[in-house]
Amino acid sequence: MPKTLYQKIWDAHIVENNGDTALLYIDRHLVHEVTSPQAFEGLRNAGRKVRRPDLTLAVPDHNLPTTARMDPSGTIIPIADPQSAAQLAALEKNTAEFGVPYIGATDRNQGIVHVIGPEQGFTLPGTTIVCGDSHTAAHGALGALAFGIGTSEVEHVMATQTLLLSQSKSMEVRVDGELNAGVSPKDLILHIIGVIGTAGGTGHVIEYRGKVFEEMSIEGRLTVSNMSIEGGARAGLIAPDNKTFAYLKDRPMAPKGDQWDAAVQYWKTLRTDDGAKFDKSVIINAADVAPSVTWGTSPEDVVPITGRVPDPMSFADPSKQAAAQKSLDYMGLSAGTKMQDVRIENIFIGSCTNSRIEDLRAAASILKGRSKADGVKWAIVVPGSGLVKEQAEAEGLDAIFTQAGFEWREPGCSACLGMNPDKVPAGERCASTSNRNFVGRQGPGSRTHLVSPAMAAAAAVTGKLTDIRDFE
Amino acid sequence: MKAITSVSGRAYPLGRENIDTDIIIPAKWLKTISRSGLGKGAFETIRAEVGNIFDDPEYKGSPILIAGDNFGCGSSREHAAWAMADLGIKAVIAPSFSDIFSGNAFKNGMLAIALPQEAIDRLMEVAQSDPIHIDLENQVVTTDFQDRFPFEIDPFRKNCLLNGLDEIGLTMQREDAITAYESHVTKSQSWLVSMT
Repeated sequence: MPKTLYQKIWDAHIVENNGDTALLYIDRHLVHEVTSPQAFEGLRNAGRKVRRPDLTLAVPDHNLPTTARMDPSGTIIPIADPQSAAQLAALEKNTAEFGVPYIGATDRNQGIVHVIGPEQGFTLPGTTIVCGDSHTAAHGALGALAFGIGTSEVEHVMATQTLLLSQSKSMEVRVDGELNAGVSPKDLILHIIGVIGTAGGTGHVIEYRGKVFEEMSIEGRLTVSNMSIEGGARAGLIAPDNKTFAYLKDRPMAPKGDQWDAAVQYWKTLRTDDGAKFDKSVIINAADVAPSVTWGTSPEDVVPITGRVPDPMSFADPSKQAAAQKSLDYMGLSAGTKMQDVRIENIFIGSCTNSRIEDLRAAASILKGRSKADGVKWAIVVPGSGLVKEQAEAEGLDAIFTQAGFEWREPGCSACLGMNPDKVPAGERCASTSNRNFVGRQGPGSRTHLVSPAMAAAAAVTGKLTDIRDFE
Repeated sequence: MKAITSVSGRAYPLGRENIDTDIIIPAKWLKTISRSGLGKGAFETIRAEVGNIFDDPEYKGSPILIAGDNFGCGSSREHAAWAMADLGIKAVIAPSFSDIFSGNAFKNGMLAIALPQEAIDRLMEVAQSDPIHIDLENQVVTTDFQDRFPFEIDPFRKNCLLNGLDEIGLTMQREDAITAYESHVTKSQSWLVSMT
């Protein structure tokens, strides 16, 4: 029987099939400081070990300040917030105690878990990858079955290298045609979420299919698959191809020599068979996708940049009307306002969605020779990893950003979730390349507009949400 | 995990849809290395609203929460379930849940019960003044007014909840099968189980 890519990876990882559920083997486990302390504590209390530390990789990212980590003499600068310092110290101590490989805060390889996984070759096609973070979906861009888990499951994977799971349904999102000029992978995934809604993929694994994804770079695919969770799907998938193999070749943790050849041979079989059935199918015409922006407090609240803030009464469902009105009150917007008239005080370029080298290049290409508008009080660029930062500096991108009035920071999750000191002040707006515009997400009272890196850069220049096509 | 067979009592009539885990517990509360004490930050932005249900003496301490569609969407933070448990919530009833939240609730012995919107509407009404009863064994939600709403639950999860089973302990008993899987893969796809 023809199989979907999801079915193939699922079947290849069954340790035991129990009918409704299966015990599934986990090939790779990424660990960070926020969702792991209680899991290590659970192991310790039960006298258990990490079963396969060699398949586990830990790195701090969520809570870490993005300001300088060492002074000019190379001395580590202590973290001011005692709670953050304690949580970061706990990760270092726990990984040492349990023998888990650890990339420390001052290591040049440090970065956001979902940026360093692919970058190090830890993420491979056909693997199962988990992390106590919902944006683990990102790794599906390389054809891995990757999904976020809670801390109890983190502990379960540490102890057993397996998870007990029910199989999800399969969903196809096919994008035919070609994207218009000025439309980035971020615009596409925002558009998709706007179409399917934040619960559209609940209970499903989404496979992104069609010419648009085949032609997209690996970094673009990572942006798309990353936000599968914003469409309710625990995982996204894109079939691995020659681009994937070229991206992974010679990465530090990727297979080498004969192992590489054997791996590629296997990876080439990881495609949905002709005639395989999906439980749900959504087809989108690439030509319909415009540079996109969110107006509300849910990632499904998407309009084209040329659009207007919708009238809550335009929604059919009364509960949606109430939710939209609440969003507009929170966002300080009124129905009918042109999105391009919305003024922006803060710019955040970063997050596991958009902090890779292509993202920084896209933003820098807009900012080159320009400066941020006076009304923009705070603009930061937070590279996804130390290696991305080095690459950007080698290309001179840091100078473009700082000359435009941006702060050039150390890698981490930063203002995406407002956990470290990088926050958007209450009542102020942020054009953000992150993934969630939830109430209070970027700090209490913060107002987030999700955009692509180029659109964030354009907003910095004009001081308001701006159509990137006007810059080209 | 403590065994749970039923939950009975008043319910917070929240009703809103798309309650994300950032609403349940904002990121600033995630700096803890403990599971306990998160109730202080639970639903912080909603609790900043005057007359909110969480601080209303009528509902305070209720073991049940009634919410709208897509409850627990967003971040995978299990702190959301811990924060709710710390408030004393033992069960959530909503039309649908995010996949990750329903798993996290289950791992903490908290019931996440999906019922159709009509049932939710009725329970929201009852919750204004009267208790709601959840019987896990018989998979039914009832009221003092002869309402009766059956619900579905995964049989494995039901068994674990009713008996308070430790899932990690159960899986560790499958060590032979896990080892057999690993040795099979080591032969056929060695790059999967060994990092270069």
